Amino acid sequence: MALATRTQHAQHPQHPPSLLGSLWRSTVGKKAVMAVTGLIMLAYLVAHMIGNLKIFFGPGEFDHYAHWLRTIGGPVLHYEWFLWILRVVLVAAVVLHGVAAYQLSRRDLAARPVKYARPRARTSYATRTMRWGGVILGLFVVWHILDLTTLTVNPNAQHGHPYANVVASFDRWYVAAFYIAAMLALGLHIRHGFWSAAQTLGANSPRRDRAFKAAANALAALLTVGFVSVPVAVLTGIVS
Amino acid sequence: MKFTLRVWRQRDAAAAGAMTTYEVDGVSADMSFLEMLDHLNERLILSGDTPVAFDHDCREGICGACGVVINGQAHGPERTTACQLHMRHFRDGDTIDVEPWRAEAFPVVRDLVVDRSAFDRVIASGGYVSVPTGSAPEAHATPVPKAAADLAFDHAACIGCGACVAACPNGSAMLFTAAKVVHLNALPQGAPERESRVLDMVDTMDAQGFGGCTNTGECATACPKGIPLSAIGTLNREYLRATVKGRGNRD
Amino acid sequence: MTDYTAYGVGDPVADTKAPDGPIAERWDRRRFEAKLVNPANRRKHTVIVVGTGLAGGAAGATLAEQGYRVVQFCYQDSPRRAHSIAAQGGINAAKNYRNDGDSVHRLFYDTVKGGDFRARESNVHRLAQISLQIIDQCVAQGVPFAREYGGLLDTRSFGGVQVSRTFYARGQTGQQLLLGAYQALSRQIDAGTVEMHPRTEMLDLVVVDGRARGVVARDLVTGRVDTYFADAVVLASGGYGNVFYLSTNAKNSNATAVWRAHRRGALFANPCFTQIHPTCIPRSGDHQSKLTLMSESLRNDGRIWVPVAKGDTRPPNEIPEDERDYYLERMYPSFGNLVPRDIASRAAKNVCDEGRGVGPGGQGVYLDFADAIRRMGRAAVDAKYGNLFEMYERITAEDPYQVPMRIYPAIHYTMGGLWVDYDLQTTVPGLFAIGEANFSDHGANRLGASALMQGLADGYFVLPATINDYLARHPHDEVLADHPAAVAVVAEVTARLDRLLAVDGDRTPDSFHRELGELLWDECGMARNEAGLRKALGRIPELREEFWRRVKVPGTGAELNQSLEKANRIVDYLELAELTCLDALHRTESCGGHFREESQTPDGEAARRDELFSYTAAWEFTGTGRPPVLHKEDLVFEHVHPTQRSYT
Ligand SMILES: Cc1cc2nc3c(=O)[nH]c(=O)nc-3n(C[C@H](O)[C@H](O)[C@H](O)COP(=O)(O)OP(=O)(O)OC[C@H]3O[C@@H](n4cnc5c(N)ncnc54)[C@H](O)[C@@H]3O)c2cc1C
Ligand code: HEM
Ligand code: SF4
Ligand code: FES
Repeated sequence: MALATRTQHAQHPQHPPSLLGSLWRSTVGKKAVMAVTGLIMLAYLVAHMIGNLKIFFGPGEFDHYAHWLRTIGGPVLHYEWFLWILRVVLVAAVVLHGVAAYQLSRRDLAARPVKYARPRARTSYATRTMRWGGVILGLFVVWHILDLTTLTVNPNAQHGHPYANVVASFDRWYVAAFYIAAMLALGLHIRHGFWSAAQTLGANSPRRDRAFKAAANALAALLTVGFVSVPVAVLTGIVS
Repeated sequence: MKFTLRVWRQRDAAAAGAMTTYEVDGVSADMSFLEMLDHLNERLILSGDTPVAFDHDCREGICGACGVVINGQAHGPERTTACQLHMRHFRDGDTIDVEPWRAEAFPVVRDLVVDRSAFDRVIASGGYVSVPTGSAPEAHATPVPKAAADLAFDHAACIGCGACVAACPNGSAMLFTAAKVVHLNALPQGAPERESRVLDMVDTMDAQGFGGCTNTGECATACPKGIPLSAIGTLNREYLRATVKGRGNRD
Repeated sequence: MTDYTAYGVGDPVADTKAPDGPIAERWDRRRFEAKLVNPANRRKHTVIVVGTGLAGGAAGATLAEQGYRVVQFCYQDSPRRAHSIAAQGGINAAKNYRNDGDSVHRLFYDTVKGGDFRARESNVHRLAQISLQIIDQCVAQGVPFAREYGGLLDTRSFGGVQVSRTFYARGQTGQQLLLGAYQALSRQIDAGTVEMHPRTEMLDLVVVDGRARGVVARDLVTGRVDTYFADAVVLASGGYGNVFYLSTNAKNSNATAVWRAHRRGALFANPCFTQIHPTCIPRSGDHQSKLTLMSESLRNDGRIWVPVAKGDTRPPNEIPEDERDYYLERMYPSFGNLVPRDIASRAAKNVCDEGRGVGPGGQGVYLDFADAIRRMGRAAVDAKYGNLFEMYERITAEDPYQVPMRIYPAIHYTMGGLWVDYDLQTTVPGLFAIGEANFSDHGANRLGASALMQGLADGYFVLPATINDYLARHPHDEVLADHPAAVAVVAEVTARLDRLLAVDGDRTPDSFHRELGELLWDECGMARNEAGLRKALGRIPELREEFWRRVKVPGTGAELNQSLEKANRIVDYLELAELTCLDALHRTESCGGHFREESQTPDGEAARRDELFSYTAAWEFTGTGRPPVLHKEDLVFEHVHPTQRSYT
């Protein structure tokens, strides 16, 4: 008898919280939440970007596509239900992602309060700009919704005519420039983020590492080029 | 050789510190970085100054006691420990900044000495196999595939120096924690406590005030023992697996 | 002042704990005869363990598992950093997995013979028996030993024995074994059964009513000197090789714990039995702070040579074949470069003394792989020795593929230590010594890969069994902090520290340590003779006196003060060095690591003198600089018949 074995760790409640709850409690779990929500957003963006390219086939096809989006899932789902589900998921993802990013960043900054006299960063630009890039993206998302979803700040603001709304918005060079800048930030964010998510979710391994890095670069490039092509086309008059 | 050293001097944990400049002359290219500090200290003692405190013991790169940030890099420009870094890697006349590991979880004790006991607490919370002395089965009862044994060894090579934490912009201890989790979870002997180990160690790691991981990879670049970044990926996988499986057999 | 060398001879000491009877049954018998402590009562007993190396780490964890309350110390910031971490080669065990004829008896035989017949048979046999369990224990802890493709443990042959019984984990066996013990200890720390005090140095022993009841230790961060009480004290503080200043030991390894215990009544056995390792990287200058060991395995394929001519300063590649002296191959044709450690070391010293040494200061010999590279190909050499070559190149900036390595012997291990009986108890009741800190199992010379085995045997299996007997016979009774014996020890310790700080002289502590080390290395190193030893014995008291007059220790005692730590250790080295020389002077035979030039065969080999010296010399302290008293423990060989080694 009297064998001392492992102790009960005081900080664990006897009845652990829900899965999300226990994930949220630790840095590793919270990061996993970020990775999953980031990937959800990423998947959406890929679809979104492909849809955007329809703009090159003219207003008819583009507006029709926008209309079709509202009918997905029918007749099981009512008109726009799918879109609302998607919006709820995306908002949840953005909120969880953002809050987790904020909380973790606070913690990380507090864990390294003193800088070195001669700091030396050896990591990529993409890695170092995740926080600022994320904030830019967040602001962008808000503006983007106000511009093209609610049409609050759109100069055209005609419901059911997205083609015209897009063209009207990007016809102003500074709007196009802001959009392009945000998309470059997105590219950088994905470049580190996609590989990082693989690492965070434990999908990475020394064998797959290069493939994930390559995929991250490809995704980043694809998304950036795809999204940026629209304002460029508007500015250059290809789309008008 | 001759150098201008700018060394962090701090009397104790409570005191404020500052970089102090010293000229050191008569340094041989064959000296290790720590021998160069010895050389400085001998002079400081004789001139009535207080010598610079720094941790060290084996001076062979294995005990993990030494560790200073040299020109912003943990353990300096070479991928080795400060005790195995030689002055020939510096240019005569260089100005060299020497600072302690910086992390909230590693408070400065004095000068270049920091308190790394948080690492011990991480290990104590689960970085072991529960096998009281005498209860072990015959060693050959469980063959271990060579690949698993090699993987375990690669990660068991961690010397607990803390360079990973010092190099990390978030002061994260993920590489250190991951090294132990991968070591023990790779082996059949570690399997019974596979889930509780990773959950407990991560909890403790967080509780010690280390930052989270943002996958910057600075840790693995600084690690003198080449613990790979992939260890963190495996830690994450083990953690998520254990979380999904439920809190496992932790008590 | 009395002549230190006029030592007295006291009563013999005897190991009263070893049972007699068939040697293979003694350990079982002892365990059966030993009294046990009721498990429910164990937590009332506190055991102090000083040190967290293989011996201390294993003991602390095991005692705590058994239910004792353990209070443990180490001077490092973490128990994981003990000097054991640096052991490279491996650990022996008579598993006979290779079916190559190994057995407990053979390991026992090899160890007694390897120790040049100056070890106790009972102890060594027990060590060989326990070696089996050690491997089981460590594997279960997750120690990643090297394995074969079939998943079974790999072994290699080590240190010139003919069986393959050395288990290893790449070149980091000590590290992996220590981490296993550290992790087991950590589990107990977390469970609250071990109270761990890192960065706390034991500075003295508290003896109350003739029994060891505690230690006085200094918190190295705050400088606080405190007393810790217990029912028994275990010293696992490692070896004293650093008395030589330059050694392969960790920089802060020290003799303070054992020396203070010696001063409080524990006999010190065979201090002159020190081991020198032939393949270390030579010193590169006066700044050298320690020496780095290169694995002995290098001698399997490297050829050792020096130029034939004295003072030949040509680069090695320009020295033609017929002007090179492959002296080991020449002198020992059948063993060549693989002669035992002491012989290889002495031969290197001799050629260097002749003025044929190479490298800075002429203190080095070549270890040349040119032939091996030609014979095996660079890739094969790289596969076998790549990491060692890399380490050599990092330290010396010379590429061993291009230029031969330079090596030189260095102090590596100390066989001597506190005298203990079969129970590992010193002559102070309640004070135990385990691991390198005791003298027990290696006689006059330790075989490669046997120190790790002994440390773990002592810590995991022997001490936890034998200490029961002591504790069972001494029911717990409290000692209070204001006990006059404890108060006196604290006062002495603080007085010593204050005195060191007060000298405020003009020499650094290191300068004394260096000087002492050089003196010892020259006169009491690889080869010893009466004149040299007498010279050292004359100089040491002078140095001690000078130390107390001229040492300069900056700062105060109430802070982290590494100079004070050093100086305080040097105080003890200055006394231990004297005893070491005296022991070497008194033992006018050569045996194992102790080579007296006066006692050699016509062809220059060590000549043992069993008729006079078949005993352990256990010394009693009588005061600093005062002649000690010699107590002899006669060695009886019933199972291994003493023979003279021969390697020619
Ligand atoms: C470079 C090198 C390579 C080696 N390779 C091998 C090998 O391959 N195989 C082999 O069998 N052996 C080898 N040895 C020998 C072996 O490593 C040691 O003999 C063994 O590890 C000693 O273990 P220990 O537990 O007795 O003491 P140590 O590991 O030395 O531990 C001593 C402990 O005591 C503590 N301590 C000391 N003094 C005090 C004090 N005053 N107060 C508080 N704490 C104190 C220290 O902090 C430390 O925790 C090697 C030795 C060296 C130097
Ligand atoms: C709009 C689309 C967005 C996508 C597609 C996206 C995607 C991702 C992905 C995949 C990750 C990697 C998760 C991981 O490391 O495991 C990530 C990380 C991160 N994201 Fe986002 N994110 C987006 C928006 C945002 C926003 C709005 C913010 C800011 C509030 C933000 C801040 C961060 C931060 C701080 C990280 C962690 C940085 C790091 O791992 O180094 N992201 N993001
Ligand atoms: S992971 Fe590397 S850098 Fe971190 S403590 Fe271990 S050895 Fe040091
Ligand atoms: S002093 Fe041991 S690793 Fe540097």
